[in-house]
This record gives sequence, C-alpha cells and structure tokens, in this order.
Amino acid sequence: MRGHMRSVERAGLTCLLALVVAAAPASAQVLISGDWVGLFHEDQPERAPGPEVGDYLGLPINAAARQYADSWDASRLTLPEHQCRAHAVPYINRGPIRLRIWEEKDPLTQATTAMRIFLSTYAQDRTIYLDGRPHPPEYAPHTWQGFSTGAWNGSVLTVTTTHIKRGWHRRNGLPQSEQTVLTEHFYRHGNYLTHVTITDDPVFLEEPLVKTTNHILDLNTQPANYQGWLVCQADDEVPGRDPAWVPHHLPGQNPFIADFAKRHGLPFEATRGGAATMYPEYLKKVVGATR
Amino acid sequence: MTRGVVGILGLVVALAAGGERAGAQGSTAAVEARRVQGNVYLLHGAGANIAVQVGDLGPVLVDTGMAERADDVLAAVRGLTPKPIRYIINTHADADHIGGNERLAQSGTALQPRGVATVGAGQGLRAEIIAHELLLNRVSAPAGERAPTPIAAWPTSTFSGREKDFFFNNEGIQVIHQPAAHTDGDSIVYFRRSDVVAVGDVYGTTSYPVIDAERGGSIQGMLSSLNFLLALVISGEKTEGGTMIVPGHGRISDEADLVEYRDMVTIVRDRIQDMIGKGMTLEQVTAARPTMEYDGLYGAAPGWTAAQFVEAVYRSLHPAGLSQRR
Repeated sequence: MRGHMRSVERAGLTCLLALVVAAAPASAQVLISGDWVGLFHEDQPERAPGPEVGDYLGLPINAAARQYADSWDASRLTLPEHQCRAHAVPYINRGPIRLRIWEEKDPLTQATTAMRIFLSTYAQDRTIYLDGRPHPPEYAPHTWQGFSTGAWNGSVLTVTTTHIKRGWHRRNGLPQSEQTVLTEHFYRHGNYLTHVTITDDPVFLEEPLVKTTNHILDLNTQPANYQGWLVCQADDEVPGRDPAWVPHHLPGQNPFIADFAKRHGLPFEATRGGAATMYPEYLKKVVGATR
Repeated sequence: MTRGVVGILGLVVALAAGGERAGAQGSTAAVEARRVQGNVYLLHGAGANIAVQVGDLGPVLVDTGMAERADDVLAAVRGLTPKPIRYIINTHADADHIGGNERLAQSGTALQPRGVATVGAGQGLRAEIIAHELLLNRVSAPAGERAPTPIAAWPTSTFSGREKDFFFNNEGIQVIHQPAAHTDGDSIVYFRRSDVVAVGDVYGTTSYPVIDAERGGSIQGMLSSLNFLLALVISGEKTEGGTMIVPGHGRISDEADLVEYRDMVTIVRDRIQDMIGKGMTLEQVTAARPTMEYDGLYGAAPGWTAAQFVEAVYRSLHPAGLSQRR
C-alpha cells in the first residue's frame, strides 16, 4: 500500500524499539551527547564513492521518482546554483559523517529544552526541540535539515522532522520531495549510537524508506575532524555556457541508464527499484528470470 | 468549437471568476502574518500571498488578496502596524492578487498625494497603487466600454519601462517588469535592505506556472523571468536563506527552492519542444505525460492541472501558436 510500510516491517521495527526501550531503566533518557563517528559497514559503496547511475536497487521508489532519476544528468551539479547544495536530512546521515550532539538547557529549571546536532558533512546544524512546540505552518520556509521536534520514549529519542527541502533518496538523481516527513530514533548501547530513519515521501516513495546507521563514540575528537565551511563559492565550471541551460536527458534517451545492470550482471528490471525489490521474495523472482 | 479553445475559455472564465486556482488558499482560512526577514512579512490565507513592508512611514503591500478577504487582510496589517497603508504594489491583474485593492487603498493614505495618485478614485487620501502600465490596461477599458474591475481598484501610479525604483521605510524598493511571463503586466518587487523579493505568479510552490497566453504570457517569458530571479537572489550560508522569496502561492522560499522550479519548467519545456519537433499533436504530447514526475508536487492545484500546463506550453511553443488545433 502506498505510503505505508508493510505491516510486518512496521511490527518488526516496533518490536525492536520496544526491546531497546524495555532494556533501559525506567528513568529513561540517556546521555547521547558527545562526538560520534559513522561506521561504514553498511552500504559502503553508496556512502563513500557514491552510487552508480541507474542503481535504484532496494529503494521503494515509485514511477515518478524513476522518471525523475532517468532524466537526471550528473552535469546538473556543475551549474553554479547547484554546486554548493547540502544534503537534506533524510540522506545526509549516510554520508561520511561525524556528529556532535549536545543538550540545550533551560537556565532556570535545567530541563533539557532541545538537542543540538552539528553534522560534519556540509557543516549542518540541527535543533531538535523537546519543549512541545508545534511545527510551523506549511507556508514557512523549508531548510536542508527541516524543523524537528522530539521526545524521549524510555531511552530512545524519537524525532519528527518536517519542512525539508528537496533532496535525494540516493544521490544519483532519485529525488526526495519537500512533502517528506522523517521519523528518527536515536538509541545508545554502550559506546555505540544507532540511528534509525523512516522516510515517508508521498510524492516519490511507494512505501517508507527505513535505514539504520551506526556510530561509535569518539573521545579524541580534534577540531580538524570537522569540516569548517562558512562560505561556498560556486565556480563557473563550464565557461561560456548559457546560464539558462539545465542538463537533463529526454525521456527514454539516457544512454547510461542500463550500464549499472550490465556491469554487475544484474537483470535490468531489478535495478529499477520499487517496493517489491526490497523484500527477500523478490530474489526468487530475479533468480527465476535469469535462469 | 475545439476542445483546445474550450480549455482556453475555461482558463479565461476561471481567471475572471476570481483567480481561484493555482493553489489559492480557501476563503475561510485565517489571514496569518509571518515575518519573512528584515521589515517584510508574509500575509497568508487571503487568496494569493501578500508581502507587507513595515516601517516608520507606514506599510507597503505587495498585492491585496481576494476582495472578500480585504477586511481580514486589513486586520492582519493592523496587527503589524497601526500606521495607514501608504503604497500597494500589484504584481499582476489576477483577482486573487488585486481583489482587495479598493478596500485597502481606501483604508490608507498616500504619504504625499500627487495628482497622478488621485486619478483612479478621485480621492487624494487613498494609498497609492503602483503597477506596470500593461496591468492598468488589463483592469481598465477604453472610454465607453465596461472595465473588468471598478475604477477604485485601478493602479494610480504606473510605469511603462523596465523598472520603477523608490526609497521608503529606509530601504530601496525596486518594482521590475517581467514581460510576457504569467501575463504581459507582471512585476516583481525587491526590498533591497530586507533582501526579500515578492514575485507574484512568476513562481509558486503549489502549482505549475500559469501561462495566461490570452493576456500576454508565454513559456519563454516565464523562463526568462525565473532565470532573472535566479540571477537576482543570493543564497545565504550553507546554501539556504539569503535572499528570501515570497511566491504568489505557497511557502516562503530561497534560491534552492527556486532552482528546483526553474529546472522543472526548463525540462518540461525542452521535452515538449522536442515532441513538437517530432510532429506530435497536442493529444499525443499530453498522453506522453511530459510532466509525470512532477505531478505529485505541482499537478493538484485547483483550476490549473498538469494537462492545462502542458497545453499552455505546447501552444506557446508551437509555430502555429494559439490557433494550433488538436
């Protein structure tokens, strides 16, 4: 069903979180402040070198997202107005990332009013309000990291983010819409921080996209470990180009779209993504098709 | 009568009926004020978006919303400042943008009434209404003919060139004509110190651009205007914020949002141009769904569907122009 995770998946995630919550003391709320470094044992090829064009594997994208990505031309990133763009919050956490997390306190009551996160990638700042404030109206501006509110559920910090700018579900042109709502769960176990993201995108996803990312506590962080970035200056990478030109492929005319399937010996259909390709039973279909 | 002509007449009727389209907010919603930045606020909920510059000399409004919401708009302005409205600047002639002209102008007072400022209503104490001359042509009529809007709603101060500048409330204000975009009388309004630009229906976040060919709009003019805006605005730190944009409809935006919109319009234009070059008819182009991946973002606006946008682009690009039949 569009817009809804399969019930079994939702139930599984709920059980996982329930176990984590149950394992924590009733007093709940744990300290997640500190410097955290991403672990790259998951999806490393996508996260470091970057995804290949036409690799839509394992993402619950719909036909609109597929056409958007098929039309996308990496040369778009050479346009001055595209060069300095940050990753939006549903995607940025899978980058080569460091997190610094700290608490904002009410000076009088010493209650935690917000969690702050500084992300090394693109030097992004996040504020997660814990004071019960509402989200702004739809006509408020959208930002790369959106507007976040959170609450502690036992030892798990659950965060809801809206007002997110257009970004990617995968940085090979698969789009993430401004209507996206991101739900996150942060939970700490020892010196590890597990970050669960559930991305609901009614425009470009058939089902929510669920990811987990692990981080390890870094007690020896140096200032140089973080990216200092206050000003990004776009350059004229292709002199003489018409400033109104937008690189893209006309429908059906992207010559690179099948390269990923050929290079890895995959059925082309499987590389096209979609909710069905996320589940184990799809493997039987693929194996059957290739015999 | 062809279906294409029916479609155009439908648009004309929709425009005449009050511009209740392209993401216009419902008439029962509260008119809410939100600070954009500097001295400029957004009023939301009166039809089209309204930008308000607030200062010691009195407020300046960019557009006035629908006529039936004028009192709510006035109340919202009063919530920002007790001073009388001094200027109204119109971005174009749609009724959801100029409907409140008469009521709001009458509520205000021109700071320094000039002869030209009093022509419209014959009352020297009204706020001045500024617009491009082509907008005045759209809302007025030659002597002896019935005008589509009451005279008290007409601009009282027009310009015919590329730009009109003035300095008010301690900042420069540029009113810059955008020829042949949504209509032929479009203007954008740039508040230089606040670094906010109100752009009317040249850009919006809730619909495809409305190309009103009957009133001089075109896809090429729309793209020229979007690219002009891109050159005007500057991103803030980390490519967000900076110059803020008040669209005709939808959310407050910045350059990153505008880029996505410009890219979308360019891509759709290129696709339809390619299809025309292959000799495809309007029916074939529509069936090919050249906007498909964007329909979830822009295709649900009341009164301006994806198919209407495709038809408008097709007719704007086709050598046969408006007379092109299916």
